[in-house]
Amino acid sequence: MDDSAVNSDPRPSHLPSADAMARRRRRRYLADGAARWMVRAGGGGVVIALTLIFVYLFSEVLPLMRGASIESTTTLESSELGEDTGVYLGLERYGEIGMRYTLSGELQYFRLGDGAMLETVDLNLADGVTITSIGNGEPRSRLVAFGLSDGRAMVIRHQSQLTFPSEGVREIVPAPEFPLGRDPVVVDDAGRALTAVAVQQARDDTGVAALTEDGDLTLVRYRVRTALLTGEQEIQRQQWPVPAHDQPVIHLQLSANLWNLIGADAAGNLVYWDIARPNNAVLRDTAVAVRPGEQITDLEYLNGTFSAVVGTSQGRLSQWFLVRDESEDAGDNVFYLARAREFRRHPGAITDIRPEYNRKGFVAVDDQGHLGIHYGTSSRTLALESIADEALVAVTVSPVNNQVMAETASGELKVLGIWNEHPEASLGAFWNQVWYEGRSNPEYVWQASSGSDSFEPKYSMVPLTVGTLKAAFFAMLFAMPLAIAGAIYTAYFMAPQIRGYVKPTIEVMEALPTVILGFLAGLWLAPFLEDHLPVVFTTLVGLPLSFLVIAFAYAQLPRAWRVRVPAGWEAVILMPIIGLVVWTLVSISPMIEIAFFDGSMRQWFTDVGITYDQRNALVVGIAMGFAVIPTIFSIAEDAVFTVPKHLTQGSLALGATRWQTVTRVVLLTASPGIFSAVMIGFGRAVGETMIVLMATGNSPVLNFNIFEGMRTLSANIAVELPETAVNSTHFRILFMAGLVLFAMTFLVNTIAEIVRQRLRARYSNL
Amino acid sequence: MKFKTWVKSGDPWIWMIGGALGISLIMVVGLLSLIAVRGFAHFWPSPLVLTTATLEDGSLTQILGEVAEQETLPAQRIREAGGDVPEDAVLATRYLFKIGNREINSRDFVWHLESALSEWTYPEEAVVLERRKGGNFYGFPVRLQYDGELVAEGDVLWPELQSMISSKAELAEQIQRIEDQEIGRINKGLEELRLIERGLDYNNVVGSERSEAMAELDARRAELDADYEVLRQERNRLQQEARRGVLVLRTANDENVSVAVVDIIKASRNNAMGLGGKLAFYGGNIKDFLTGFPREANTEGGIFPAIFGTVTMVLIMSVLVTPFGVLAAIYLREYATQGPVLKAIRVSVYNLAGVPSIVFGVFGLGFFVYLMGGSIDALFFPERLPAPTFGTPGLFWASLTLALLTLPVVIVSTEEGLARIPRTIREGSLALGATKWETLWKVVIPLSAPAMMTGLILAVARAAGEVAPLMLVGVVKLAPSLPVDGEFPYVHLERKIMHLGFHIYDVGFQSPNVEAARPLVYATALTLVVLILILNLTAISIRNRLREKYRSQGD
Repeated sequence: MDDSAVNSDPRPSHLPSADAMARRRRRRYLADGAARWMVRAGGGGVVIALTLIFVYLFSEVLPLMRGASIESTTTLESSELGEDTGVYLGLERYGEIGMRYTLSGELQYFRLGDGAMLETVDLNLADGVTITSIGNGEPRSRLVAFGLSDGRAMVIRHQSQLTFPSEGVREIVPAPEFPLGRDPVVVDDAGRALTAVAVQQARDDTGVAALTEDGDLTLVRYRVRTALLTGEQEIQRQQWPVPAHDQPVIHLQLSANLWNLIGADAAGNLVYWDIARPNNAVLRDTAVAVRPGEQITDLEYLNGTFSAVVGTSQGRLSQWFLVRDESEDAGDNVFYLARAREFRRHPGAITDIRPEYNRKGFVAVDDQGHLGIHYGTSSRTLALESIADEALVAVTVSPVNNQVMAETASGELKVLGIWNEHPEASLGAFWNQVWYEGRSNPEYVWQASSGSDSFEPKYSMVPLTVGTLKAAFFAMLFAMPLAIAGAIYTAYFMAPQIRGYVKPTIEVMEALPTVILGFLAGLWLAPFLEDHLPVVFTTLVGLPLSFLVIAFAYAQLPRAWRVRVPAGWEAVILMPIIGLVVWTLVSISPMIEIAFFDGSMRQWFTDVGITYDQRNALVVGIAMGFAVIPTIFSIAEDAVFTVPKHLTQGSLALGATRWQTVTRVVLLTASPGIFSAVMIGFGRAVGETMIVLMATGNSPVLNFNIFEGMRTLSANIAVELPETAVNSTHFRILFMAGLVLFAMTFLVNTIAEIVRQRLRARYSNL
Repeated sequence: MKFKTWVKSGDPWIWMIGGALGISLIMVVGLLSLIAVRGFAHFWPSPLVLTTATLEDGSLTQILGEVAEQETLPAQRIREAGGDVPEDAVLATRYLFKIGNREINSRDFVWHLESALSEWTYPEEAVVLERRKGGNFYGFPVRLQYDGELVAEGDVLWPELQSMISSKAELAEQIQRIEDQEIGRINKGLEELRLIERGLDYNNVVGSERSEAMAELDARRAELDADYEVLRQERNRLQQEARRGVLVLRTANDENVSVAVVDIIKASRNNAMGLGGKLAFYGGNIKDFLTGFPREANTEGGIFPAIFGTVTMVLIMSVLVTPFGVLAAIYLREYATQGPVLKAIRVSVYNLAGVPSIVFGVFGLGFFVYLMGGSIDALFFPERLPAPTFGTPGLFWASLTLALLTLPVVIVSTEEGLARIPRTIREGSLALGATKWETLWKVVIPLSAPAMMTGLILAVARAAGEVAPLMLVGVVKLAPSLPVDGEFPYVHLERKIMHLGFHIYDVGFQSPNVEAARPLVYATALTLVVLILILNLTAISIRNRLREKYRSQGD
């Protein structure tokens, strides 16, 4: 105030100085620029995150398409291992040591890294006794039997053990076992040489089947009893003859329960004996397994011993099942041989086949130096490559399927690291009918896992996809008429005062969580429908009839009364009628059941032959339809409501009734909108999880029966994904199902959206 | 009007489609009323019926219990199922009685035909006990004992019983506190010591350093063990004292049963309550339901952890989704170059709202839980491995997955809000010299705040109801502890939570005793529906008000 004399300006400025202004402006522009980059980053990041979903799902599914690949090859000279040819090889799961049986009767353990010998087990045969045959059991049992010239057999298990000699150090040590004792056991009482032998470990017994040199077949079961007090082992032996086959049998294989014996003879036949009742063994079936001029060179049971693989001298591999005879005059539990499938042909004669330990696949080598990796269920040959220049005589695969070892004719050992994680996946396995082990024909089955290692996972997508489409179809069947009709009525005929109540009600319908719809469907609607089945059919006929009756009666009322009620109140008038009619129909339902269906319509269905599940597609259709109605309703109503008014007015002016205008003008104009509404509703129905989970029986059956349940893709994911092994084939298949759902709904919604944009453009042009 | 003319006018069709709308509306109303009626009925104290039933083998048994359900069926059906219905009956009614008393009865729910029951009486002294373990008990109180000695019987029994129940309840609470908090604290301390020891192994600490550390650990362990001993004695003493009070009851079949008073949560004489008493009891039941913890494998008790878990998850989800959704919407509308590419992006973002929720669950499980969670575990919690900390479904991953799921909803709503703001306001601000960012921050965003709020509310409503993705990424049947408690870091993002929607699924379909669980499912469904309705109606009203406001401004 006093300083005004000092300040020469007549009016002091309260604004900041020019410098301050410049500084402030700079700051503001910096802030603006920073904000621009931040928003770009954030917004772009969000868009990228949303695409990440698709990319991630795709990346998890991609490994399914890979076949098998050979990652590394090491060659071991077997000089340390002696001059004998190996006849049977073995690997253990850690890939550190290998096992090798030779024809001179040795079991060798050696280190895979450098071929150094770790232990040799000698059979200690008596003088004059030679080895005449060799047989093996399931890979998991690690049993090998040598048939001797004096009618005995030596049974060895090439086990290995995990030891921890010091802190943090793991070592695999050889641990060979002799389950039937260190001395050979008597197979043939008469002491004849065994020209073919098979061995198998059942739960309590070890079974040995052998062919003697003069053509007699015999089956022996050994049980080892350990005395409680002394710990002495006593071997109990039971022997039975098996009916002979007219040709000499070269290969023999016993099943894991010791009920089936299969063999291959010199003429190329596959022979099957039923030895479930050993004192009544029967030669059940023979089948020609080769073409003329071919011989069978190897025969092996796959994991689980339900099916066998036959290799021929011309490189062909085929898989054979024991199929139950379902014809009228067959007895109980009579099986016959059936050829299920063939694999890719090897260039040379098959010399050895080795099944995988825990899957239905196998490896095979031929005399041209090729290794083939094959898988049974999906009929895939995952790899067929040349790994040596000379013939290969023996092969084995690791228990965890990541290594293969093969021996060449000159004694070299090739150790290959392989990647073969998803052999079960193939387009055929997902979409064709597959002949699964133990079944009579090819079928579509989804049965992803079970309790045992010998289970064959069945990954057909067909039952799940059909289930999804079935649920969506019945939902749309229920929802479309109600939603579209309701939409047309609300947009066109309804009194404006009521619309303010109807639209929020429909929005509430949309907001209801599907969990609630699902639990009501499963816990209330399903039992209710089962007890009051006639209601379904009577309401289908009764409700529309009652509408017409009320409508006609209303039209007959005197004009003075009708004028009192403004136009567009039909829905409100009908609501109490609907309630009354439904209540009446429910009350008389027991009467109808007693009068026409012997007291129970549900029982009548079963008697007539229609399968009826309590939780079925009808219940799902109603519940999911309820969930989908508001989606279709709001979009369709929007489309009909925004049809340009001059079209309607013109039509009415030309003398058409309101109904004629709706059907011939409005609907046709708005049809793209209704179409897009239906598509979006369908997309929603396809992806719905909770309702389906709770209101169906979740059994993957394959039919379109409205009274049976189903399993959909989404419910399948919800049920199975928490319980699968991470990164297994099953895991990735579920991701594939998710990807399919994502792509399908995304596509359907995009088409619907494009159609809707076009509609909007069309309206603005009209 | 003649019939033919009437048909030609198209009138019947109008009535038919009106009826179609009517069906939809009735279904909505019917569904909501069904849930409301059955849900609210769960809390009402139902009358206790005493009657005699004739069993199949001709013997008589007394029934004391509540009527749970009633059915009228064709008599033929019941005959086929083995029931004994008089020959001339066409329809037969049967009743489901809840008779509780699991220690005596093999089944606590039994069906009886109306024809097999004698007259129903409603004795005033009949009592129903709601118990901590073993379900309800129905009987007639005989006497109250303490340490084997008679304390009360006859008319004084009832008030004495109530006072003893409340005093024993206090003891039970003390015991609970000792077990959960004090002993829990000691357990946590021991676990921490174990992890420190594993950390020493992991970091290869050897020699004298290690023996020093081990000595310290051992000393602390000994301290904790001593503390535990003291607490254990205290708890045992309290437990013994709690079990001294015993109520002896007579069942309808004249058996005497002793029930420890500490096991009783509530005792009520349903037939003797007046309307005021029933209303008070009803309110008490509702309060216990909303604030109590579940018992008996989720078939009894309250749903507080489910509500708490849902609320916590939704809060964390909102914190995650709001900034990103708003940022993305601003980017799409204000900063990105408009063109066909942007149109494609916008259509894609909208379509993501229609993608099935289970796909988000699959993505959450694979990417968030296993990939990201596994890496976090390997980097920050290696000493706890192989037990996963973040590499397993939990609260944070559930919230993140739901945030991703509801992102399109928020983006759509915010974009709509931004689009409604008239261009004139924006241009005016720019004309006055504001930068684009300042216009956005000070003018546009505050004006579109209601739209953002609508979007957030809709997202929250959707998250509260979505169950499918949560089944995969973090929700469990019974969580041992709440995700927010008094120990550091107070909000435990790795814990598993319970969720209202999942609770409905679990109690309804994975429950060992479906009849007992069914009323609870309806009550939980009612809670969820009420919550969602409130949220949605709020969002709808905000949106409608917004439309009105901007219609006048924009026109």
